[in-house]
Amino acid sequence: METDDYIIKQISVFSENKPGRLAAIAKALQDEKINIFAFSIAEAKGFGVVRLLVDKPEPALKKLADIGFMVSFTDVIAVRMKDEPGGLFDIAKILGESEINIEYSYAYSGKEAAVLILRVDRIKEAIEKMTGRGADLLKAEMFL
Amino acid sequence: MKWDPRIEEMPAEQLAELQYKRMKTLVYRLYSFSDFYHRRMKENRVHPDDIRSLDDVTKLPFMYKSDLRDNYPDKIFTASQDELVRYHVSSGTTGKPTVVGYTQNDLELWTTSLARGLTACGLGRGDVMQVSYGYGLFTGGLGLHYGAERIGATVVPTSVGNTERQIELMQDLRVTAIACTPSYMVHMGEVAEKMGVSIEKDTNLKTAVLGAEPWSEQMRTHIQNEMGIRAYNIFGTSEISGPMFCDCAEQNGIHIWGDMAYTEIIDPETGEQLQPGEKGELVMTILQKEALPMIRYRIGDITSLDTSLCACGRTHPRIDRLQGRVDDMLIIRGINVFPSQVEHALLGIPEVSGHFMIIVDKKGALDEMLVQVEMNPGAFSDKVQDIMEIRTKVSHILRNSLNISVGVELAAPGTLPRFEGKAKRVIDRRLN
Repeated sequence: METDDYIIKQISVFSENKPGRLAAIAKALQDEKINIFAFSIAEAKGFGVVRLLVDKPEPALKKLADIGFMVSFTDVIAVRMKDEPGGLFDIAKILGESEINIEYSYAYSGKEAAVLILRVDRIKEAIEKMTGRGADLLKAEMFL
Repeated sequence: MKWDPRIEEMPAEQLAELQYKRMKTLVYRLYSFSDFYHRRMKENRVHPDDIRSLDDVTKLPFMYKSDLRDNYPDKIFTASQDELVRYHVSSGTTGKPTVVGYTQNDLELWTTSLARGLTACGLGRGDVMQVSYGYGLFTGGLGLHYGAERIGATVVPTSVGNTERQIELMQDLRVTAIACTPSYMVHMGEVAEKMGVSIEKDTNLKTAVLGAEPWSEQMRTHIQNEMGIRAYNIFGTSEISGPMFCDCAEQNGIHIWGDMAYTEIIDPETGEQLQPGEKGELVMTILQKEALPMIRYRIGDITSLDTSLCACGRTHPRIDRLQGRVDDMLIIRGINVFPSQVEHALLGIPEVSGHFMIIVDKKGALDEMLVQVEMNPGAFSDKVQDIMEIRTKVSHILRNSLNISVGVELAAPGTLPRFEGKAKRVIDRRLN
């Protein structure tokens, strides 16, 4: 198993906390015909970080940088959860027992399943533990 | 090497005695022979007899740039036209131009001051100095020209412009020293590089005497390292003759020749004299000028005074690198704050860039200062906590440097205003 296959490039965008910033990001991606699978906003006083999973990460990053956003790739993993009670617990338990810290996470509920996106402190170890214990990790190529 | 060791190493008490005598003579002369000074002193109820020590100088009224403008072109000159041998005229960017007249002795004084300064920078006979300051009404070109000739250096009077030819001449005439603005020095380095010339390897340049615009210690380090030269800081303004005083080899402050000038640092708000080491407005009395003496002239630059003995052995006081203009000063909750202090503090923080804005507002009765600064893209982490830590770091460093707490807002690169020419980095909403 190649752990790298499961490392997904999430786009992180720094955004001042003022009206129209998210619209500017969304418009830029629309112009490039880039589809957003999932996103979240982490907010703090005065600024926020917008995190996006998209189908064309490289062009998306370039476009956002070109129009002046401060952007970077962040490695995350995505894991399919059972869309039923206990689905999140199954995943969180593995990480907790492996002493892997979740730095942040967000989820989306798609047609086929619920998906949890995670940024963890030791990504390769997290992938090994989770695949080893039968968790259904999504490969990066599924997002392309 | 010292140009005039007897004066330059004169014990401090002796120097103070000399200053006092010259100050006294100057004040008597002006009170007796100048309508302007006579009236100004009367208005301030001070008589030359009141000056019984150097400390009494604080009784004398200040002079301002506006005194020169209001008396354009030569109404407060204390020499008649037939005694003058030269005029210089400063550009009138902020109003009418100002005119400075010089007698033969005035030029002699100026030239002597520069001869001492250039010698302190290690220059002398055998050096070839390219003077790339403007020649003409501006004081830089002719001032350095005569100073360099006085010490026996060979002058190449290139003036400004035609940079490629300047670099060719620098090579052909084996120039060892240059006098110009720091930004022109950097520009020359860039043009030389495009020509395939390395200032360090392909020229004999060893020394640069740079001034006439504000520059930072970081810029000095950059110039010295890039070009393999020593870069000295020179200070002056046309009202006190022109470029007049410079660093010595220690590069630890600009020596102000005490026999020529009496230097004070004052609080620009109250006018009170400050102690050595305290930051405030530079005020100078040029003790021996004939055509246009200036008593307690408020130069408007912010610096501090160091009266300790310099490692070079010169006893004359030094001023620190200029840290901004009084016109730029903000008073926040009673504390004086200069945009240059903010800039200086930010330059030392790798996570942010030098692009910043200061916004001052009132929150209730209290002043609030907000610094917006662009992050360096390399410092961007997608963890909110990391960004907050950068903000806290910037805020702590600013607090330590300014002695007041300021809000900090991090901005994305390229989002804050860019300025051509003089930057307007302060928005003061208290004035609305």
